[in-house]
Amino acid sequence: MSHATLSGKRPGGLRGATLPKWFPWAVAVGATAAGLGISAAAGLQSSIQWALIAAVLFIVGSYAVSARVEGRRQAKDRTATSMVWVAFLLAVIPLASLVWETVQRGVKVLDTYFLTRSMGVVADSEPGGGIYHALLGTLEQVGLATLMAVPVGVLTAIYLVEYGRGNLARAVTFFVDVMTGIPSIVAGLFVLSLWIVILKMGYSGFAGSLALAILMIPVIVRSTEEMLKLVPNELREASLALGVPKWRTILKVVVPTAIGGITTGVMLAIARITGETAPVLLLVWGTNFINANPFSDPQASLPMYIYLQYSNSGGEGPGYDRAWAAALTLILFIMILNLVARGIARWKAPKSGR
Amino acid sequence: MAKRIDVSGLNAYYGSFLAIEDISMTVEPRSVTAFIGPSGCGKSTFLRTLNRMHEVTSGGRVEGKVMLGDENLYGAGIDPVAVRREVGMVFQRPNPFPTMSVYDNVAAGLKLNGSYKKAQLDDIVEKSLRGANLWNEVKDRLNKPGSGLSGGQQQRLCIARAIAVEPNVLLMDEPCSALDPISTLAIEDLIGELKERFTIVIVTHNMQQAARVSDRTAFFNLAAVGQPGKLIEIDDTERIFSNPSVQATEDYISGRFG
Repeated sequence: MSHATLSGKRPGGLRGATLPKWFPWAVAVGATAAGLGISAAAGLQSSIQWALIAAVLFIVGSYAVSARVEGRRQAKDRTATSMVWVAFLLAVIPLASLVWETVQRGVKVLDTYFLTRSMGVVADSEPGGGIYHALLGTLEQVGLATLMAVPVGVLTAIYLVEYGRGNLARAVTFFVDVMTGIPSIVAGLFVLSLWIVILKMGYSGFAGSLALAILMIPVIVRSTEEMLKLVPNELREASLALGVPKWRTILKVVVPTAIGGITTGVMLAIARITGETAPVLLLVWGTNFINANPFSDPQASLPMYIYLQYSNSGGEGPGYDRAWAAALTLILFIMILNLVARGIARWKAPKSGR
Repeated sequence: MAKRIDVSGLNAYYGSFLAIEDISMTVEPRSVTAFIGPSGCGKSTFLRTLNRMHEVTSGGRVEGKVMLGDENLYGAGIDPVAVRREVGMVFQRPNPFPTMSVYDNVAAGLKLNGSYKKAQLDDIVEKSLRGANLWNEVKDRLNKPGSGLSGGQQQRLCIARAIAVEPNVLLMDEPCSALDPISTLAIEDLIGELKERFTIVIVTHNMQQAARVSDRTAFFNLAAVGQPGKLIEIDDTERIFSNPSVQATEDYISGRFG
C-alpha cells in the first residue's frame, strides 16, 4: 500500500530529466554574448558593466532553463553553483590582472644590473640605477624583525596553550587580539615617539624593524596558538606518562608535531610585514645610497623605494618603470618565501607513510 | 622490579566534583588486576591517580594515600615525573608520536629524559620490542614512521615504549577497545607474559577479557549519575565471576542492572 502511494508521488521514479554536461558552458557563452550585445546596443563603455550584465544573465538563465527541464530543486542547486562560480571569477580577476600588470610593466628593467646597483649617483629622472640598497634594507629590517618577533610570539603561544590559566592568560589573549588590529602607521608612530623622540635615537633600519616586530608578534601568536591546539592531548599524556617533564614534552613532542604549521605561520607573518610601507616611511627614512648597517643612519626598503620612485616620476619615464620592477621584485620575494614555507611544512609534517 | 600498590582512603576530584570516593585496595606485585564497572564509574580516573596523571587534567586533585612499595606517591616532596617513570601507562587509543620513527618511539622515554648511552639504546629498543611481541614485524622498518603501523601494532608499539623505561607497574586503560579480536588476542597473550616482570593493572569493559587475563578483579559502581564512583568489591577473579559476595557485582556480571 505504502509502496503504491510513494511511487504515486514520484512519477519519474529515481530517474529524472537532466541537462547535458555542457549546459552551464553554453549558458555562460550565451550570457557573455548577450552582455556584450546589450552594452554595445546601449553604448556602454565600461567592461565592468557588460560583465555584470553577463553574470546576472548567466545566473537567471541557468535557473530558468533548469527549472523548466529538471525541476525546482535542481534549479536551486544550479543557482548556488553559478553564484559560486561568479564569486570565484570576481575574486580571481583582480588578482590575475594585478599579477599581469606587474609582470608586464616590471620586466622592462628587471635584470641583474637592476638588482645589484643602487640609486646613489642616478637622478630620479634618469634611466639606470637599481634596487640593491632597498633590497638589502628590506632583508635586514625584515630579518631583524623576525629575529625579535619569532621567539616572543612562539613563546607567548606556548604559554597560552600549555600553561596559561586564569586572568593572566585571558589578559594576554585580549591584548594579542587588540594588537592584531593595530594599524601599521600607529605601530610606526609608537616606535617614533618612544625610540626617536624620547630615547633620542636616530632614524635607522632597526627602528623600522621594531615597528615591524610589533606588527608581526600578534600574527605569530595567533597562528602558533592554533597549531599547538591541534596537537592531540593524547600525545602530551603519552609523553608525561613516560616520566618526561612537561617542558621537555613541549620541546620534544608538542612543538615538533606542530613545527610545520608554526613555520608556515611565521612565513606568512614575514610576507605580511615585508610589504609594510607606513612604519618604514616614518622610521627608516630612506636613502639613495647603500647603507649595510641597520643600526645607524637611514636605510632604504622596497615598499618605500616603490613609493618614492613613483611619486617622483609623475606617472612615466625611468622612475615609473623602476617602481614597477621593484614591485615585481617584492611580489617575487614574498612568493618565494611562501613556497619555502610550504616546502618546510611538507617536509616537517608528521608522516603517515607505510 | 614489581612492587605492591596499597591504596587507602582515596578521593579524586574534578574541580569541586567528587569523582571517586574513599577507595582502598591492594594490588599484588607480579599479578594482573582488572577493573570492571559501568561507564563513568571512575575506573579510569582511579587508574590515573596511580601514576599521578589525574592532576594533569585541569581541576584534577586527589586526597588520600597511594603506597608504592614503602613510599606514598602523594607524600610531601614526591616528584610526579619520577612517579611516572616507576608507573608506566598504556592508553585506550594507540598514540605513537607522529614525528618519530618506530625506533625513536620506543626509545622516546629514555631519549627525552636524556639519560642513555647510544650502544645501550639499541639493546633496550630490541628487548622492549621483543617484550611487546613486535620485533619480528618491525625489525626491517625501525626507521619508518611509527604512525604507519596498523592499529594493533601501534598499540604494541605503545606497550614497548612504556616497558622500555623499565617501570615497576604498568597501567592499561582499555588497551584493546580500539582493536580487532586478533590484535586483542596478541595483547592479552602479551599481558600474560608481562606479568612475570611487572605489576599490571588493566581497565576493561570486556568481562571475558577480565576473566581471561586477570588474577584479581575489582568491581566499581556508582549509585547514580552525578554521584561519586565507589569500589564495590575486589577479589580473586575466579570468585568474582563465580560467586561474588555483593549482589550488585553479580547483577552487573550477569547483565542484570538496577
